[in-house]
Amino acid sequence: MSVNADNLAPLPAGQLPAGQLPEAVLARTRVRAIRLPHSPKAIAGLAILAIFALLTLIGPWVAPYAPNYNAFAPNLHPSAMHWLGTSNLGADLFSQLLNGARATMVVGFIAGLVATLLSVIVGITAGYIGGGTDEGLSLAANVFLAIPGLPLLIVIDSYLPASGRSNTLLIGVIIAITGWAWGARVLRAQTLSIKRRDFVEAARVVGEGRIRIMFFEVLPNLVAIVASSFLFTMLYAIGTYVALAYIGVTSTAVWNWGTMLYWAQSSNAPLTGAWWWFVPPGLCIALVGTGLALLNFGVDEFINPRLRAAGLSRKGMRKAGLPRHPKLGLTPVVRTAPRKPTAPATTARTGVAR
Amino acid sequence: MTALARKIGVYIVTAWVAITVNFLLPRLMPGNPIQTMIGKLQGRVTLQMQQAIQQQFGIGLHQSLWSQYVSYWSQLFHGNLGQSITLSAPVSTVLGQTLPWTVGLLGASTVLSFVLGTLAGIALGWRRGSWLDGFLPVSTFFQAVPYFFLGTVLLLVLGSDLHWFPVLGNYARGLTPGFNGPFLFSVVRYAELPAATIVLSSIAGWMLGMRNMMVTVMDEDFVLVARAKGLPTRKVVSYAARNAILPSVANFSLAIGLVVSGALLVELVFNYPGVGNLLLQAVLNQDYPLLQGIFLVITLTVLGANLIADFIYVFLDPRVRQEA
Repeated sequence: MSVNADNLAPLPAGQLPAGQLPEAVLARTRVRAIRLPHSPKAIAGLAILAIFALLTLIGPWVAPYAPNYNAFAPNLHPSAMHWLGTSNLGADLFSQLLNGARATMVVGFIAGLVATLLSVIVGITAGYIGGGTDEGLSLAANVFLAIPGLPLLIVIDSYLPASGRSNTLLIGVIIAITGWAWGARVLRAQTLSIKRRDFVEAARVVGEGRIRIMFFEVLPNLVAIVASSFLFTMLYAIGTYVALAYIGVTSTAVWNWGTMLYWAQSSNAPLTGAWWWFVPPGLCIALVGTGLALLNFGVDEFINPRLRAAGLSRKGMRKAGLPRHPKLGLTPVVRTAPRKPTAPATTARTGVAR
Repeated sequence: MTALARKIGVYIVTAWVAITVNFLLPRLMPGNPIQTMIGKLQGRVTLQMQQAIQQQFGIGLHQSLWSQYVSYWSQLFHGNLGQSITLSAPVSTVLGQTLPWTVGLLGASTVLSFVLGTLAGIALGWRRGSWLDGFLPVSTFFQAVPYFFLGTVLLLVLGSDLHWFPVLGNYARGLTPGFNGPFLFSVVRYAELPAATIVLSSIAGWMLGMRNMMVTVMDEDFVLVARAKGLPTRKVVSYAARNAILPSVANFSLAIGLVVSGALLVELVFNYPGVGNLLLQAVLNQDYPLLQGIFLVITLTVLGANLIADFIYVFLDPRVRQEA
């Protein structure tokens, strides 16, 4: 298993001698940059997320019954008729699980999107403009980092009127308010290191506007970090939304996995041993979370080539032609040599990564 | 010490923001939730209590927002967080009884999780590429499981079915609370399973952060030099680890917020009589004074924990000390 150095193309950390490569290789590099990542972790994560994305789209349509249609016998065990049994009120639990996917995923996605947008704007502005703006925005980010999110959300949500509590869009946006600060801090730090680079100076000298430099020169170099921040925030948002629903602060009429756990807990399903009621939603949440985290590993390895080699198994290392026991101070950076007649025969080089 | 002074400044601002948000939320929320609550309480509580609530939330007082704000602060400085509606007791008294349990449980499990996670991260970083890497996906899974779900499963399997751990509550009934052997032993036994839940859920974060930093630090020249000098491996690892641990400590404030949020829900599952359980009661009964008091106390406690982490950071990193 080898990881292509081509993937590093849009990153400054890659330090590819791009100037020395012929045009043809450069063109191929651009195509490679957008193709699927090679890391098995990232692929596994993508696969898990794809399944759940599909469930989000079609879940409510393929569910055999409406989630609150409770005309069946109560407390049925799993059977061919009801794959996950029925609740104490006689509702089909499998239908509830399928219906619950949509709200859970949508809230996570909206919160991730809004929070990432906020963190990009705040982080890059603070890092690029600096001075008093930086002081103010950094202070705001640090304040939001220090306030524990869940208790604040519980207080806010418990003041919402009933219509607000069932509004998934609103809940998503409120969760985003508590989740943007971490991304903003990371992006600010990266912006600080990028803004002194030559290409940014050049853009300034050419006379490009501030906004243009921030969002068209600096931002493209932060794409990997933005992606990582989005995944992290979505993970946080799903966990938080489910927790809010589990406590019962959001509307119990909106079906999501947290609501299922809420009803399971309030009708003592765990103590009566009705595992088919509370285990499936819990596992679904954990699987989505694992998918997001695995994909995030992939992004991390993309950003930091050292982690990529560190993630290789012994077999993978042998295959990549790396020494069995990495020597201290020498982290192998896996890269495939350009496939050209003049290219060296080895498929991987070992070098001191700086 | 300038770095530390700045941090303390941030915490003071954070405390002010939390208090102000607490003051403004009920007053600015659309739909007048407090008025609705008082309407529901009509006839259920004494007139005195009703007036106390109106006083606290500034309803029907015809005072300016500013003078309400000033009196809010003066109440706060007198340690007055209002009256809990459902428990008919001052919020500060109620919190005084529950907070020690939460701080004890959370403090112990966070320290345990940090120490174990960091040690595991050092091992994983040092032995990268070995079979130990198989732990990574497993730990990711545990990190993604909601705390309360993991708690429920542990409670069922290890508590209710196998009876390995005592569950539900904080100590065995019939013991006299105090500084005596049987009571303390019982407290520890009852805290084992909730603490195990918190440690299992939060350990992965520390572990992964530490591993990734170890991988990076091991490329530094000083590690190479230490090895070249022929220092024993144990010593080389400790040199690398000492430098890799700094970001973990620096990121403590991010992590502690998540841990506290998750741990509050663990209390619900185990019926542990801490702040989390109180929070649920406040939500269910729409006990707004209690809810607000809890939020404020949790925030201030978390800030205190952050401050401790910052002092440790200064102690660990000589560069910060020399800045002054």
